[in-house]
Amino acid sequence: MKLSPLNRRRLALFRANRRGVWSLVIFGILFVLSLFAEVIANDRPIVVYYDGGLYWPIFRAYPETTFGGEFATEAEYRDPFVEKLISEKGWMLWPPIPYSYNTVVRGTGTTALRPPSAQNWLGTDDQARDVMARLIYGFRISVLFGLVLTILSSAIGILAGALQGYFGGVLDLLFQRFMEIWSSLPVLYLLIILASIITPSFWTLLGIMLLFSWMALVGLVRAEFLRARNFDYVRAARALGVSDAVLMFRHILPNAMVSSLTYLPFILAGSVTTLTSLDFLGFGLPPGSPSLGELLLQGKNNLTAPWLALTGFFVIAIMLSLLVFIGEAVRDAFDPRKIVA
Amino acid sequence: MAMPDASASAPAPSPAGSASATPVLEVRDLKKHFPIRKGLLRRAAGYVFAVDGVSFSIAEGETLGLVGESGCGKSTVGRTVLRLIDPTSGSIVVGGKDISSLPRAEMRPWRREMQIIFQDPFSSLNPRMTAGDIVGEPLLVHGEGNTAKRREQVAALFERVGLRRAQMDAYPHQFSGGQRQRIGIARALALNPRLIIGDEPVSALDVSIQAQVINLLMDLQRERRLSYLFISHNLAVVEHISHRIAVMYLGRIVEYTDKTTLFTNPQHPYTEALLSAVPVPDPAIKRRKLVVQGDVPSPVKPPPGCHFHPRCPYAVERCRVESPALREIAPGHRVACHLR
Repeated sequence: MKLSPLNRRRLALFRANRRGVWSLVIFGILFVLSLFAEVIANDRPIVVYYDGGLYWPIFRAYPETTFGGEFATEAEYRDPFVEKLISEKGWMLWPPIPYSYNTVVRGTGTTALRPPSAQNWLGTDDQARDVMARLIYGFRISVLFGLVLTILSSAIGILAGALQGYFGGVLDLLFQRFMEIWSSLPVLYLLIILASIITPSFWTLLGIMLLFSWMALVGLVRAEFLRARNFDYVRAARALGVSDAVLMFRHILPNAMVSSLTYLPFILAGSVTTLTSLDFLGFGLPPGSPSLGELLLQGKNNLTAPWLALTGFFVIAIMLSLLVFIGEAVRDAFDPRKIVA
Repeated sequence: MAMPDASASAPAPSPAGSASATPVLEVRDLKKHFPIRKGLLRRAAGYVFAVDGVSFSIAEGETLGLVGESGCGKSTVGRTVLRLIDPTSGSIVVGGKDISSLPRAEMRPWRREMQIIFQDPFSSLNPRMTAGDIVGEPLLVHGEGNTAKRREQVAALFERVGLRRAQMDAYPHQFSGGQRQRIGIARALALNPRLIIGDEPVSALDVSIQAQVINLLMDLQRERRLSYLFISHNLAVVEHISHRIAVMYLGRIVEYTDKTTLFTNPQHPYTEALLSAVPVPDPAIKRRKLVVQGDVPSPVKPPPGCHFHPRCPYAVERCRVESPALREIAPGHRVACHLR
């Protein structure tokens, strides 16, 4: 791949910010790992060798009868009976965390809230589910939600801001008034009302959040365009016969991107926080979904089990810090006055 | 300020093409009134009479200097001619075709004919594009050649304006003010236009650099038979580069003649005042000073009659009521004054 000199310079500047690079590496590893959550934390073995054949329980459901059991329903691999059947004629390879986000950990103890142990690295929650497993799934859904929301709302916001700032006049006036009204709608109440009518899912929540979050960048991009449309180099380009679209996206937008990009990690962090707070209040993802907000809520309700609140706190704090550090490095990379060391 | 050879001894390039039939640019009765919008409905509460009936023409290979104080509308004239601003009325004839009301799409071919050089070499170049990309953009926009061919053309332009080929990949902030202005000139030259509008192209540069850039512009004019509309408030620079000069005051041309006549025999009191304000680099020379009082009136409410009458030492009653027309008082010498 051939990079333009400008992008090579940006890459060099990005790399020069060690903290940002390491944050990106750590965040990237965590995110990619969480994408394979099913292989890392699951209540089914990754692979089963039974009677000369290989079975992949994570990807396919096998009835218990496959392994010589009695029921036609899916095999319960943690059931001592099934375990015994399989170990007689083969073996099972378990994921490092042998629980999924909704697996109820059975054990000898009676209490659901079990402190961290070799079996449950971060303990269990009030429904005896493994916190580590829920954390991995919850991290994935939080980051995915945040990323999708950030990308969509930034795209809409930049487009809206660019159009308003570039064309100005009546379009700008009407759009601004509309946004003033729209942004004064109480989002949280709207979500609470909607949550009582429809069961929020990942996508409906995303849609509702998107309705209001696109406005974050509009003011910024609009201001940049208002400023830049009277720059001499924009005038010069216009005198050359450059079209409006090219002017907006080739000449003005790159210069407006630095301020937008410095906002992006904060929007991402904000999106993650929004989902977390909705989950905390109980108006977020459907009950039973793994989520960081739900973990925090459990921590609040079970102060006697501090591992819940501490886990939630540290995971959210570290994740948001990493995002901010990455954002700083991105900002450096796009700064035209930064000198390559 | 003084150009190294701004005195009359330097032979100015003669406008060899002045005899040709159709001028490169002819502007007739150009007006640009900016509305001042007020209130909730943004109705026009008044107008800024930035350009109020300006006519001139430029022949092939000729330089017309447009001089005047800040705010007299000279930059607006330049931008309106390029259709960066749409004129309120009047006609702009380029190569025999009136472009004053052409829609944007139809303007495109005419953009090859005329280009602009801006005053500020820092704001006129996109900081995020390389110098080579900036100069190559006109070629790209007008679909000239392929990437390799364009790069070769840009390299030739770089060398022509006195920059090195190796500097094509540098960014504007890596150049000095004079070099940046050369990039701006190369960009303006890229499409091989017939007319270049210089909107105070040297005002932001050091005096020594000014002379270099002026000389470059004059060399290019000789080579390519370019026409210039040279907008400036600096009479010494204008005297050096122009063949003819138009003096503007508050949106109107008050005197319009060839360079020599203007400097030796100015007829309008405002021109006189401007000339007497030019410093002469010889303390022995004593001149009659004509110092005008007061400031330029607001172009929102220009004075009735002759715009200059509130500051004119010779003003009579007629000047207060009747607006003077731009009359030809001698061949090729037009003045807008009742007293001449």
